[in-house]
Amino acid sequence: MNFIESIGSAIITTGRHVKDVLALLFDTLYWLAVGPLKNKFVKRDSIFDQMVFAGIGSLIIALFVSFFTGIVIAMQSAYQLSRFGANIYVAPMVAVGVARELGPVLTALVVAGRVGAAITAEIGTMKVTEQIEALETMALSPIRFLVVPRFLALLIMLPCLTIFADIMGIFGGFLVGVFNLKLDPYRYLTFSFQFMQWKDVWTGLIKSVTFAIVISMVGCYMGLKTKGGAEGVGKATTLSVVTSFIMIILFDCILTGLFYFTQK
Amino acid sequence: MEKEIVIKAENVVKKFGDRVILNGVSLEVYRGETFVIMGGSGCGKSTFLRHLIGALKPDSGKVSLLGKDLSLLSADDLDAMKKKIGMSFQSSALFDSMNIGENVSLPLKEHTKLEKNVIDIVVKMKLEMVGLRGFENLMTSQISGGMRKRVGLARAIAMDPEIVFYDEPTAGLDPIVAGVIDKLILDLSKKLAITSVVVTHDMKSVFSIADRIAMLYEGRVLSVGTPDEIKNSKNPMVQQFISGSADGPIKFFQQKDDYLEQLIK
Repeated sequence: MNFIESIGSAIITTGRHVKDVLALLFDTLYWLAVGPLKNKFVKRDSIFDQMVFAGIGSLIIALFVSFFTGIVIAMQSAYQLSRFGANIYVAPMVAVGVARELGPVLTALVVAGRVGAAITAEIGTMKVTEQIEALETMALSPIRFLVVPRFLALLIMLPCLTIFADIMGIFGGFLVGVFNLKLDPYRYLTFSFQFMQWKDVWTGLIKSVTFAIVISMVGCYMGLKTKGGAEGVGKATTLSVVTSFIMIILFDCILTGLFYFTQK
Repeated sequence: MEKEIVIKAENVVKKFGDRVILNGVSLEVYRGETFVIMGGSGCGKSTFLRHLIGALKPDSGKVSLLGKDLSLLSADDLDAMKKKIGMSFQSSALFDSMNIGENVSLPLKEHTKLEKNVIDIVVKMKLEMVGLRGFENLMTSQISGGMRKRVGLARAIAMDPEIVFYDEPTAGLDPIVAGVIDKLILDLSKKLAITSVVVTHDMKSVFSIADRIAMLYEGRVLSVGTPDEIKNSKNPMVQQFISGSADGPIKFFQQKDDYLEQLIK
């Protein structure tokens, strides 16, 4: 009985969180749409600051991760393909795999760990030190002031980061193909792009847009819900990163399924 | 002359879960006076303050500011109302990401169409009032607790509010700085004719600034009156609170179970 009860209460709590996050997303979109009409749009400076932090700041680590992942996929697929003498198929394997899957997902995970955590920690600290309440008493919406710039910055920067990560991953595979498998560089690249279609790139970008929404919403939501001083901020930050990771993988699965069945 | 009522709370009840925090609080505050709400820790005075600024909604009862029932206001009207009030927070609640000047100018930049150089002048005037002119470019982490309180005060009065709320303005400050803050609150009320509502349990501060005092105990108003009336109150609870003695009708211990019973259990 107790076990079933705890499952039940976990489902109810999760349901409430999902509802609240969706409400936050709705409010964010409301401010995005209505803000400019009321002449209360977000300051360009704050969007720009967030873009620099989320985008430029994450560039090196995102490129680093995807470069080595490209190398790893190339070596792992060469290990199998060389048995059939089909080494050249390493090229499309890396290109399609990176563009469709690993570029968007790994970049999102890196950004969730770096930017999502920072969003929760910053907003959470503002919450426990009454700064959020101070904004509200001044008739300034914390959503318009804090959430919208972070949401927009990630929405723009995560797909950009993903494109760079895609290129870097393909480059990593290219190095393995040329220097280890002794494939002709020109043939490697033509073969890559012959198999990789636009579809592979834009499905990857749709994923990364979805992940941007997930990271910013989860990060802001956990921050705004923080209570209980320094310990609370720590807990909220951990919970934010863990939730983002799980949601990213979950949405990746859903979207991959969707594209798999609809985009034959 | 009939005094104008600017704040009116009627039978405000608030529960957090099973705990009753406010158990029917009714108060009236007149224009231009300094009204102090005092009471022990956990008596609900901060919660009550949050009802007055519209941050919390009562479970029953109503709160009116400047003649308007807060629960009936639309979101836009509530925002308009919030521009007429200022709040000084217990922890100052300055924005860490901004310097002192930006903290004070934020409401002006967001809510008025003033030119930047006009805003700069207003910020200088507000900082002059709290004795911190010239500190505009310091970050909030570079100044002391007393200075933070004063910046918070400058920010609270940036929009020339009609009512300013203070949550524990002197808590955690040394006696001299506390005295300076008290004098500031008085100055602001007298010079700018602002209505002030101060929540505190600092007795020295209470009697030096208050025009009228309300004492809250266990979510109820125990007594309301001028400082003299409160000092001469016959109510033993009020007397115990003023003198700060441990023995009296107000019990410090809040355990529910009997001590002896719990020991031998």
